[in-house]
Amino acid sequence: MAQPGLETVRAGALTTVQDLGRPGYAHLGVPRSGALDPAAHRLANRLLGNPETAATLETTLTGCAVRALAPTTAVVTGAPCPVTADGRPVPWGQPVRLAAGAVLDVGAATHGVRSYVGFAGGLDAEPVLGSRATDLLSGLGPAPLSDGDTLPLASTRPVTGRTVPDAAPWAAPPRELVLPVAYGPRHDWFTEQGLRTLVTATYRVSAASNRIGLRTEGPALARARRGELASEGMPLGAIQVPPEGRPVLFLADHPTTGGYPVIGVVPSAALGAAAQAAPGTAVRFTLTGRIHGGG
Amino acid sequence: MTTPTGPAAVARQDTAALPVVRPVGSRGLLVELATAEETEALHAELLRRRAEGTLPPVREIVPGARTVLLDEFGSRDEARRLAAELPGWQVPPLTGGSAEAVQIPVRYDGPDLADVAELWGVTPDEVARIHAATDFRVAFCGFAPGFGYLTGLPERYQVPRRAAPRTRVPAGAVGLAGGYTGVYPRSSPGGWQLIGTAPETVLWDPGRTPAALLAPGTRVRFVPLARPADLPAGPRADLPADVPRQDGPRSVRERP
Repeated sequence: MAQPGLETVRAGALTTVQDLGRPGYAHLGVPRSGALDPAAHRLANRLLGNPETAATLETTLTGCAVRALAPTTAVVTGAPCPVTADGRPVPWGQPVRLAAGAVLDVGAATHGVRSYVGFAGGLDAEPVLGSRATDLLSGLGPAPLSDGDTLPLASTRPVTGRTVPDAAPWAAPPRELVLPVAYGPRHDWFTEQGLRTLVTATYRVSAASNRIGLRTEGPALARARRGELASEGMPLGAIQVPPEGRPVLFLADHPTTGGYPVIGVVPSAALGAAAQAAPGTAVRFTLTGRIHGGG
Repeated sequence: MTTPTGPAAVARQDTAALPVVRPVGSRGLLVELATAEETEALHAELLRRRAEGTLPPVREIVPGARTVLLDEFGSRDEARRLAAELPGWQVPPLTGGSAEAVQIPVRYDGPDLADVAELWGVTPDEVARIHAATDFRVAFCGFAPGFGYLTGLPERYQVPRRAAPRTRVPAGAVGLAGGYTGVYPRSSPGGWQLIGTAPETVLWDPGRTPAALLAPGTRVRFVPLARPADLPAGPRADLPADVPRQDGPRSVRERP
């Protein structure tokens, strides 16, 4: 019996190992990392009978292809895409049995950006602070896939005697990304007009977006004060505004501290949609919360 | 990758009404304080209350230079309650603490040692002596896993970041920027003024528990490694250990 594992046939534009990340270490300068679309990652694991903490592959726009070194079961969720096993079409969103030597090809995303490829038992890698996630900001976790890499699997246990749904309900990524935002903590660094611009203008997802942040193109937000803040903690979902004025939405690999003002925060539940918004997608920020506390 | 920021670019803020508690989304708070000392004291108080179970559960407590971020309370109400209550807390001032200081052996041989000596108005040997005689504390971490921003040098020893950042600073480099000292946990770009090298200390090792040698609140002493003949291991009789806190750089140079 071959070692349970995978061989990378086509790494794609950027394919990383992801799980639910390593939250709780921001005070040590450690980003939380983890799947950018956690719901899609969880669904892949649920469809395989894995715990939701099992590691999956996160692809970026162009998919990837891997060869099973031993029999296993795989499933593709997240960004919809054509999927083949040894060249034959197989369903997206449903577990697929792979014989030893079979090549699973996860095609380019037809909508969205990031597909998640789960395997029975999950990918194995040395955990760092309890997580196998690749953190592209600080280089923790396994390196992104490259062609010819071998990836161990935690188990080859096939999914048998388990009721698997015929189809998992999954909404296609919307044409327009609408992100709820609550002002603060540094909204007072912007003019009234700048605050209005954020919640009335239409932005576009910039091609410079990555796992660290969703960058935008659109009108600059006018500042009421110049300079930089002394370094302060940055939350997940922060909308940080660098000097050039276009909002940057912080995703899982964001830096833990920073000196540019955060005009508002997007709740983490909305970030999965942000992770699936392809470059060029329209983005609108809608005001939800009112200011609480003393600020 | 961001680079460590110094307080040189910090905007002046009205400090009369501090502390201020600002909302961060629906389940987070940013507490802004007037000074680094108050910030470190509040951080210590938050950890104390968390340890004794009197702080509502919160996932992240992230100190900054003048702020503490509290993110991901269990509910919006818990965040609101703490926001209302916290400004009324009696926070005890920071004490030296009973924990042993982490000792970091340093060779004071950095490429910017002479520049720093000139900025301080002392000789390079005196930079080493002053630095090694200072009680440091990790104010906060950031920039990279295991990178601590260490406070302890008096304000007059603040130095600007280098005009042109280096594209590669080696792991273990000991640098100064603003009022902070830091040790690079791994090779990276950086703009801090490098005064030495810590060849024996591993700042970050994911296989170790704890992975980070330095966490906010950790006390740190730098121990000179090189040229033991020139650099006495302990405070000299004529120079008490608190010399950097008592004397300006000019008067240090004027000493025999």
